[in-house]
Amino acid sequence: MKHYEIGRGMSAEDAATEALDTIPEIPQDNDGPVFREPWEAQAFAMTLRLYQQGLFTWPEWAEVLAAEIKRAQEDGDPDIGDTYYHHWLNALESLVNEKGVADTETLDRYQTAWRHAAERTPHGAPIELENRDFSD
Amino acid sequence: MSINEERGQNDLTEHSHNHSHEHGEMSELSDTELRVRSLETVLAEKGYVDSAALDAIVEAYETRIGPQNGQRVIARAWVDLDFRSKLLEDASTAVNTMGNVSPVGSHLIAVENTPKRHNMVVCTLCSCYPWEVLGLPPTWYKSAPYRSRAVLEPRAVLAEFGVTLPDQTEVRVWDSTAETRYIVLPMRPAGTEGWSEEQLAALVTRNSMIGTGLAQRPDEKTEGS
Repeated sequence: MKHYEIGRGMSAEDAATEALDTIPEIPQDNDGPVFREPWEAQAFAMTLRLYQQGLFTWPEWAEVLAAEIKRAQEDGDPDIGDTYYHHWLNALESLVNEKGVADTETLDRYQTAWRHAAERTPHGAPIELENRDFSD
Repeated sequence: MSINEERGQNDLTEHSHNHSHEHGEMSELSDTELRVRSLETVLAEKGYVDSAALDAIVEAYETRIGPQNGQRVIARAWVDLDFRSKLLEDASTAVNTMGNVSPVGSHLIAVENTPKRHNMVVCTLCSCYPWEVLGLPPTWYKSAPYRSRAVLEPRAVLAEFGVTLPDQTEVRVWDSTAETRYIVLPMRPAGTEGWSEEQLAALVTRNSMIGTGLAQRPDEKTEGS
């Protein structure tokens, strides 16, 4: 049986391979994970980095993710694969909260600020967060 | 420049005019995007992630966001005439009834290639792209040369993509905006009578849905695989 350790110092590619081994439900084809929207790849990449920083092990991640999926199914999510990364994002928020890295209140505050940043940025220009976005 | 191309340009001008206000509008992020961005900012500020490292991972995988959804849509339109007319009438609604593809936002427009008209899609101002059906845009789609030349000399651009059209085929260029995005419905290749949707989907290339390519012929497919 393969033993998984915390992925500190591991390359992103090795970390991704381990993730795919441990969490087989990750949508993938022969070449690796597949994403349907840019934010899915972003959420995946953040999770990979946190793993590489040693914040959790893949089995630990799989457990939180499974709990999110179970909860969604109980709430009537048909779970045919198209909501997978929504569960992933819920799990990520829940885990960083649990680990004391970012609580819900902080994330809410940043979401409001990002919304303000988008609202003042003309379409096509990169949206950047500034201090003033927190004060509105 | 031929009359056909001039007509194509006029269409674009007219179209840009109709929708130019949309490019002047402010940005909007979905709730999901807001959550992802917020997580990234907080994690970056605490030193857990840095954007360079994230970009490197996303870059490694972004080509993995493929045009599978679009391929299914086109293949369905080739075999199901009812679906085809619904797609051309209101692409967003038609795609959202398919069930096996992810929902698309409003204002997706399908433009149909015929022997008389070839459609090509560009976003002259930035890189608006129907990623729900086509995945992430290829680098050339976002490049300044494509964005300007697709309008000025579509036939020359097509030639560089290896596409030569008969003179009598009009080339029409559509300019995308954040709210109005296009998918080209390419012509079904000859020699595919009786093929299943799945077999047909494999002939639909990403470029054929942007209009910088044609759907593969069965013999090309064999050579390619």
